[in-house]
Amino acid sequence: MEVVSSVRTPLVTGAKTVGDVTQDICVRVEAKPPKTWFMAIAVSLALLAVGTYTLFFTLWDGIGVWGLNKTIGWAWDITNFVWWVGIGHAGTLISAILLLFRQKWRMSINRAAEAMTIFAVICAAFFPLVHMGRLWLGFYWVLPLPNTFGSLWVNFNSPLLWDVFAITTYFTVSLVFWYIGLIPDFATIRDRAKNKVSAAIYGALSFGWTGAAKDWSRYESVSLILAGLATPLVLSVHTIVSFDFATSVIPGWHTTIFPPYFVAGAVFSGFAMVLTLMLITRKVYKLEDYITIQHIEYMNIIIIVTGSIVGIAYLTELFMAWYSGVPAEQYAFLNRATGPYWWAYWTMMTCNVISPQLFWIKKIRTSLWATFILSIVVNIGMWFERFVIIVTSLHRDFLPSSWAMFYPTFFDVGDYLFTFGFFFTAFFLFAKFFPVINMAEVKSIIKSTSSSDKAIK
Amino acid sequence: MKENKKQYWKGVEQLTNHPEFVKYASKEFPQELPYDKGILNENEGGSSRRDFLKLMGFSVAAASLAACEAPVRKAIPYLNKPEEINPGIPNYYASTYTNGGNYCSIVVKTREGRPIKIEPNKLSNVSGKGTSAQVEASVLSLYDKARLSAPLINNSQVDWSELDAQVKTKLESIASGGGQIRIVGKTILSPSTKAVIQEFANRYPGTELVMYDPVSSYGIVKANEDSFGKAVIPTYHFAKAKTVVSFGADFMGTWINPNKFSRDFIKNRKLDGGKKEMSRLYQFESNLSLTGANADYRTPLKPSAEGLAVASLYNLLAGKAGQSEINVEKTEVAYLSKAADDLWESKGNSLVVSGSNDPNVQIIINAINGLLQNIGSTIDLKTPVYFRQGNDEKMEQFVSDLSSGKIQGVIFLNSNPVYDHYLGADIQKALADVNLKVSICERKDETASEVDYVAPDHHYLESWNDANPVEGEYSLCQPTISPLFNTRQAQETLLAWAGKPGVEFYEYVKDYWKDNIFTTQRKQLDFQTFFDRSLHDGVYSVEARAITMEFIVFGGDLNAAASNIASAYKAKSNGVELVLYETVALGDGSQANNPWLQETPDPITKACWDNYLTISQAMANELGVEVIEGNTYQANLTAGGKTVSLPLIVQPGQARETVGLAVGYGRTKAGRVANNLGINAFPFISEINGLSSLNVISGVAVTLTGAMTKVAHTQTHHTFMNREFVVQEAALDTYKNHPEHVFHRPKIAVSDFLEEKLGGEDEKKDGKLQPREISLWKGHDYNNHHWTMAVDLNSCIGCSSCSVACMAENNVPVVGKQEVLNRREMTWIRIDRYYSSEKSATTNAEMEVAAENPEVTFQPMMCQHCNNAPCETVCPVAATTHSTEGLNQMTYNRCIGTRYCANNCPYKVRRFNWFKYHDNKQFADNSSMNNDLGKMVLNPDVTVRSRGVMEKCTFCVQRIQYGKLEAKKKGRRVIDGEVTTACANACPTDAIVFGDIRDPESRVAKLLKVKDKGDRQEIHEHRAYNVLEEINVKPNVWYLAKIRNKEENA
Repeated sequence: MEVVSSVRTPLVTGAKTVGDVTQDICVRVEAKPPKTWFMAIAVSLALLAVGTYTLFFTLWDGIGVWGLNKTIGWAWDITNFVWWVGIGHAGTLISAILLLFRQKWRMSINRAAEAMTIFAVICAAFFPLVHMGRLWLGFYWVLPLPNTFGSLWVNFNSPLLWDVFAITTYFTVSLVFWYIGLIPDFATIRDRAKNKVSAAIYGALSFGWTGAAKDWSRYESVSLILAGLATPLVLSVHTIVSFDFATSVIPGWHTTIFPPYFVAGAVFSGFAMVLTLMLITRKVYKLEDYITIQHIEYMNIIIIVTGSIVGIAYLTELFMAWYSGVPAEQYAFLNRATGPYWWAYWTMMTCNVISPQLFWIKKIRTSLWATFILSIVVNIGMWFERFVIIVTSLHRDFLPSSWAMFYPTFFDVGDYLFTFGFFFTAFFLFAKFFPVINMAEVKSIIKSTSSSDKAIK
Repeated sequence: MKENKKQYWKGVEQLTNHPEFVKYASKEFPQELPYDKGILNENEGGSSRRDFLKLMGFSVAAASLAACEAPVRKAIPYLNKPEEINPGIPNYYASTYTNGGNYCSIVVKTREGRPIKIEPNKLSNVSGKGTSAQVEASVLSLYDKARLSAPLINNSQVDWSELDAQVKTKLESIASGGGQIRIVGKTILSPSTKAVIQEFANRYPGTELVMYDPVSSYGIVKANEDSFGKAVIPTYHFAKAKTVVSFGADFMGTWINPNKFSRDFIKNRKLDGGKKEMSRLYQFESNLSLTGANADYRTPLKPSAEGLAVASLYNLLAGKAGQSEINVEKTEVAYLSKAADDLWESKGNSLVVSGSNDPNVQIIINAINGLLQNIGSTIDLKTPVYFRQGNDEKMEQFVSDLSSGKIQGVIFLNSNPVYDHYLGADIQKALADVNLKVSICERKDETASEVDYVAPDHHYLESWNDANPVEGEYSLCQPTISPLFNTRQAQETLLAWAGKPGVEFYEYVKDYWKDNIFTTQRKQLDFQTFFDRSLHDGVYSVEARAITMEFIVFGGDLNAAASNIASAYKAKSNGVELVLYETVALGDGSQANNPWLQETPDPITKACWDNYLTISQAMANELGVEVIEGNTYQANLTAGGKTVSLPLIVQPGQARETVGLAVGYGRTKAGRVANNLGINAFPFISEINGLSSLNVISGVAVTLTGAMTKVAHTQTHHTFMNREFVVQEAALDTYKNHPEHVFHRPKIAVSDFLEEKLGGEDEKKDGKLQPREISLWKGHDYNNHHWTMAVDLNSCIGCSSCSVACMAENNVPVVGKQEVLNRREMTWIRIDRYYSSEKSATTNAEMEVAAENPEVTFQPMMCQHCNNAPCETVCPVAATTHSTEGLNQMTYNRCIGTRYCANNCPYKVRRFNWFKYHDNKQFADNSSMNNDLGKMVLNPDVTVRSRGVMEKCTFCVQRIQYGKLEAKKKGRRVIDGEVTTACANACPTDAIVFGDIRDPESRVAKLLKVKDKGDRQEIHEHRAYNVLEEINVKPNVWYLAKIRNKEENA
């Protein structure tokens, strides 16, 4: 029995009953999708097609088709990698950390957020694979597999190897967590299925769920255990990604502030992406009663907090560069702000530090349009943050003779579009075939928090 | 069946129930089998689980390998193995590189009968002890597909006999009709060849040899005839000169014999072993040349004022000597009076040279050297050099004779005047009406395309030849491969036409040496021994050469020269002037179809694959031109009535109101690599006082076309941002007074405890430690060798021969113009060229701009083989590792191409194979890897890298390995000097020294003043520093700081 404060606003509005929830969510899986859905998936598939074309030539000719050069060995590839990994973080944070903190408002958004995590991590993993000069060997040489090459083994000193472990662990745990959450809902769909095919498929997917008390008890325990496992991953994955840079010697990379700064940035961009997707889904699927303004406001508050952490990190970096007295370090930061890539730096500053501060204003933080626009702005800013860190640090490091510029090519853009195509295609397929809101969990909060319950009282 | 109750004992032990038997009775095998021991203890032998996996893996691999049939392509085994050729073992042959008047005594490295690398001949007195970029690259020209493969008559391939018959018939008819025949060649250094031509001329009277040089030095010859009665170019002894003043003579880059001049000049610049004296160089020039870049004082000068500047110097010195001044317009030239003071002080040990082809200027130069008593001291007229024998007057006479139809037959002997002579267009036009037109050449070039008969010549690596580059110095050239094509040596062709068919030029050379050169010595009594000795050494110096020099009195007509100068030069002139120059890599353009040379960036501009107009910063401001990352403006250049369109480059140090343009580009018929790169600048050569001049001082205009274009640069940021951790330098006086304090020595503040614990014993206690004393790493143990390189920034002149040598040695791919524009050149050793900023520059933005007349530093940069290598820790698959001898090794087979190592390399020396550069039509310009002929130049000891792997300098690990194996065969350690890298060996100035720092007798250990502390070596040379010492990667490459011989605040 939960006691809920009467001053708290309800999390589900519209006088929903338990039956309404099942009907509202399942109908999206069962009914023919709306026209808007077909338009959306068509656009996604078009992006995927362009991306497949450029990807083919990237693999056929070599990554020389990108704009990289002798000085700048990573640019869009690793920028996109870090960006996508960061986006994934919100899903894990929502489902794991908020679960542990018993934040019930997470219940109507965690399913989609987790799906987003899975797809984002796949997109992220795509770049470290494709950026390899010899993908056909590299994809398994980075794994510590016993082999017949003599005594060859991976190099445990290399942060790239740590990345391999971090990302694969993260992906596995997220996938299992997400899938376990889906099982009761799959069972619901199975039970409502009107044709044999969907009954069979959803039946298989639901792993023989019966809804017995024992099932629920195990479900709850596993969720809690997985939440416990996933929680450190929220912090560790981006910490390890940041080690790629922090453990190097390049001015602008070699800094100890990176782990917390990257994690905050990841949550920041992740929530922005969740908002972007949620606002669309909410509109298209008419889920206004489940994803309320209150949800949006909460997420916007997280964006203010993490955005401010990121802002402080930027200023700390500048201070440390000056305070260190190291000329190359000082130059690296001065060059970021005033060098040839000044526009990237100031885009980052504007999008990441200034724009989220608008959410201090209640009117903006509860406005759907403002939230939607700012969520995209934040993700543009976060992409530029990674671009600034990677490219502006590399393009002018120690020896001025090697200083160079990076200009993206059609193939840089195309391979990035490939991941967008994949991400949205996967997300829209998810929205069609999987329940986008965790019915089982939402039903548990209807009683205590829904407006209908109050109305009866 | 009845049960058999008989019992058989296994032995007496069973019968007696011996305790030993009982112990093992229950076991199948009485003794323990060895197999499970291995699991318990791997070191005790036997097989372990791991061995099982290994064996299984091996069998699987072996089985699958056996299943694939290894393709054998074009592998033809020797029927009888030649005695001297052992597969895998290189053979070396001394030989001689000649290309016109350019000369280098060389050693050719051959593998399995293929020449693959040119090394310098250290026995030569003439060409220094190094090579040049052009010499290094010449081996690739041997395997050029654009070479002619058979004789041609009117563009169709014929037999030699047919060609000989037709040419002979025509020659005879011309000779019998009293017609005139000319053999037109560039400078011919070979005395035997001249004898052949003489035989030819005897056979066909009316034959005359006309020699020219694309860039002429005939003015010097004429001036010396006037001043001293000797029509020669003398030997210049730069090694003896304490003060050198040069007016536009790029003697380290392209002037006469640059290799030897650089070596001699740098001898006086080296500060090894605590030396504190240096020579001083003043350069007065328009374009920033290699020599200007190495000068202590450099003054930009318009070419129209050059004569007056020389005359002013004469007047300044005449004042000191108490002689009368000559009457010319006065001109103010910065540093001229300072130069005069220094010259006067080092009288007799100074040298004044000029690159001008104006005999009047050269006469004044002679007079100056006369005043300074340099004739007979630093200038040796008794030992003339023969590098430039071209005679402008004769050549002009030839062109006018040809045009007026006085000449019936012309034979171009390895020359291409239609392209590289300023009257090329006239020659081309006149050739149409000539009866007999023959070209003896290696490719169907611009001239050969205009003739009827083409007789293809051998490449010099397929030829016998000799050379007499300097009076009393001879050398031999021997073939190192049998002719690749149906070509015939030029001399044999001429002999065949002269009525001596079938005479081998080898025999001819031998006979010539027997009659003419054998007699100059008395050491060897037998000619064959003498010849073999000379062939083995590659060089021979006449023993009885007079070493004594004579002081020759200047006897020239000074006043006539002065009045000619007064009329031809102006102290102040308005208007743009054009100054042509040869680049270090391409020279006169005869080797333009060589991709190694095209990709070698100009040491000054750092641009390649193109020529361009260099303009001063002032002119750039006027035109509103800014060059960013190679993006630039196209401009129209008008000079001498001709207009061409070409890109602009802003060149610091360019004299105001002058523009520079390189010759050697704009080939149209050289081959696929060179064709249509840039424009041909030879037609712009003008005349001054009757001789050809590289300067065009009137009628020059530069206008923007409005179009944008791109020039491929390997370096686009030109200043070193006052980063002392990159380039360290000092003025000589400062260094003399405080050798230990002038250089940047980073220190790190630490606690007292750490200082106590880690600091050296004799170190000052100041709360600071050197970076190398603090480390988290234990460091590597070097129990055997520890390879180390020292690079003396005082000696490096930037000539780039190391860079080309490296390309040849290590199969470095050429990537072409577009990929250089994409900043992806593959060179393992590059020469960073830094300009200084204006002294007033304080902000970053100001420091990014080079000074108008900057100081220049060259810094060869290759893998630093760090002992704490940042690349090694970040590779996820351990493809780059540290060797037990201090090398940072790159395992191509293991590399998966994440490029993390390159990003984390603070020196940015790692190179990534962005594409497949071999066997790929997109990179056909990379001719050493894209056709079967070109591939013959590849070094079989070095892997050709595949797409997607990282590569970098290996310290020529294959040479180290070879040296170690050779020493091992002799049962001893490697002796210093036996192992050296390709770059160090090619360096004409010994700027790069390579060796084992643990060997106290090695040159590198001595140069760095190493003190052996058992487990580590301390460096005590004050000038020695590591680039980026503060990040503590502990490189194995040490740089010796640059010292400029100039006043501190000048």
